[in-house]
Amino acid sequence: MASVTLQNLTKSYAGGMLRAVNGVSIDVEDGEFLVLVGPSGCGKSTALRMIAGLEEITDGAVWIGDDFVNDVHPKDRDIAMVFQSYALYPHMSVYDNIAFPLQMAKLPKVEVDKRVHEAARILELEAYLKRRPGQLSGGQRQRVAMGRAIVRKPAVFLMDEPLSNLDAKLRVQMRAEIASLQHRLGVTTVYVTHDQVEAMTMGHRVALLKDGVLQQVDTPTNIYNKPRNTFVAAFIGSPTMNMYWAMLEGQGDALGLRLGSHVFHLPQSTSSSHSGLSRYAGKQIIVGIRPEDVADAATMSQPEAVNCITAQVDLVEALGSDIIVHLGIDAKAAEIRSSDSLDEIKSDESKSRCVARFTAKSNVRLGQMVTVLVDTERMHFFDGETGEAIHA
Amino acid sequence: MATAKTYDPELLRAERRRRENLRRLKGLGLHLLLIGLLCIMLYPVIWMVFSALRPEAEIFGDMGFIPTNWTLDNFVRGWQLYGNMTFTQFYVNSFIICALAIVGNLIACSMAAYAFARLEFRGKWILFAVMLGTMMLPIHVQLIPQYIFFLNIGWVNTILPLVVPKFLAHDAFFIFLMVQFMRSLPNELEQAAVVDGANYWQRYWRIILPLSMPALATTAVFTFINTYNDFFSQLIYLTDTSRMTVPVALRLFLDPSGGASSFGGLFAMVLVSIGPVLGFFLASQRLLTKGIATQGFK
Repeated sequence: MASVTLQNLTKSYAGGMLRAVNGVSIDVEDGEFLVLVGPSGCGKSTALRMIAGLEEITDGAVWIGDDFVNDVHPKDRDIAMVFQSYALYPHMSVYDNIAFPLQMAKLPKVEVDKRVHEAARILELEAYLKRRPGQLSGGQRQRVAMGRAIVRKPAVFLMDEPLSNLDAKLRVQMRAEIASLQHRLGVTTVYVTHDQVEAMTMGHRVALLKDGVLQQVDTPTNIYNKPRNTFVAAFIGSPTMNMYWAMLEGQGDALGLRLGSHVFHLPQSTSSSHSGLSRYAGKQIIVGIRPEDVADAATMSQPEAVNCITAQVDLVEALGSDIIVHLGIDAKAAEIRSSDSLDEIKSDESKSRCVARFTAKSNVRLGQMVTVLVDTERMHFFDGETGEAIHA
Repeated sequence: MATAKTYDPELLRAERRRRENLRRLKGLGLHLLLIGLLCIMLYPVIWMVFSALRPEAEIFGDMGFIPTNWTLDNFVRGWQLYGNMTFTQFYVNSFIICALAIVGNLIACSMAAYAFARLEFRGKWILFAVMLGTMMLPIHVQLIPQYIFFLNIGWVNTILPLVVPKFLAHDAFFIFLMVQFMRSLPNELEQAAVVDGANYWQRYWRIILPLSMPALATTAVFTFINTYNDFFSQLIYLTDTSRMTVPVALRLFLDPSGGASSFGGLFAMVLVSIGPVLGFFLASQRLLTKGIATQGFK
């Protein structure tokens, strides 16, 4: 086992004109599961390939344990990598695929055999050892790729979107299997994905990249509840966070938030947890509201009238467990461009979209005017110019 | 208000029959045309087959297509060319050259192709362009310098000029063919092998080569056909009768000075000589089409 340290990691193309990875610094602790997440083209796979040694490092440093590995050959970095396509050798049996790294390391046949069977037992592949990859299902192939990685007993696992080729059901199953395997083996893991559900459910920490720049590294809970900027806030969470321009009114603990024609009362707990808000009194800020923080007032016993607004229902998506409702509200949407977000759905020119997650108890119907309660304690506030979160 | 929707099933069936008849008529016309063309192309071959099966004196004397007297005498006399020199020796010579040429091309061309397709080295694209450029050179430009070179090193009248160049990746076409194939193999396979600790040789030998089997089969088949049918090189480099190959030996049936030529023996041996090419082609047809199709040449 070993830690992985990235110091100011940079990858440039076209003589520095294009920076795929730009000054990324992360410390991955020994035994930690770190998920690198971000939209397509954000540089997460490039960063992983630089750790693996498959991509030349333009600037910065990579340390594996106490070893500076910038110029170390991939085979000498004590890593194992699982590729998006699994990269199984199609002409070899499952046994030979798993044994390949050990054969390259010139281990004795008896040892190779022992380790292959051990890996096959862990991954429940013993019955398939004689088969070729082409004769296996997607999930089994994924396991063989994992087998090839664990059989070497490496210090670090590197995984490049290993679940993206699986169907949704199998992905959920394999997600749990990989997380449990990593927990059992305790091997430091860097896992790349563009799927935020994988990022939130699998990793001890999540590192979010945008245009090659690291936006935030934190635990899944913190990254969801305390996004550092508007990009992180918009990227993490599905449906994405609603963001609007709002005017902060009042002073001290009696702060109000003018959102379109409505003024929300901010409770004292919000003012104290976001003490920096007082500096923005009388200014335009960006306010973020998670869909689950907008509730159907009709399903609540005593909704706080001051934080209720009335809106028209533009679209209803019943998911069974809950209902996603698209509402038209009179507030100016903040332009948060995330490559993974949907285009805005506007009911008319003067209104913005607000996506809410109602409980299944709601009887909301398309076209109906509905009163919704916004949880002001869970609102997120961002600087209108920089997009940085306003905390202390 | 809903209107009643009706249709005449008899009319529909009649229209379908009319279309079907038209399609059949077109198909029949096309087949008749193709069969006619096939007959024109096959006529000389069939004439040669029947000529090989009729007595020597009747080949140009009997104007009929089907022989009146059937005989296998041409095959017996043709095989025993003269003295103790039989076609057995010529076939052995041909097969030795073909086998060595195949081995040479498979080893050398695949290694060169791997370098061009997968490795990064200085001057790679210039070398690749030069290699492709050699494909454009007419054989006549290379013939005399090559002959003088081989004469000077004492290789004329040996199989070496026909075989050694194959071990030096001489056939640019096959290198190009394999480069294209190897480029189509996923990069991740090789990168996985790099992480697994495989060096260049192990990646080539254990990963790329086994996956390039269709391209290797194509190379082997074409090398066999080209070498087996190669009359010109074998004619100029192999002067001793005992070293001659099948295509060169066939020439011995004809007397260029206007003396007696044995056309019966010639036709019989030409017929026999088609056998190996046809057999090799049929045996590897599946791999051959797979190899060509994979490379987008089809």
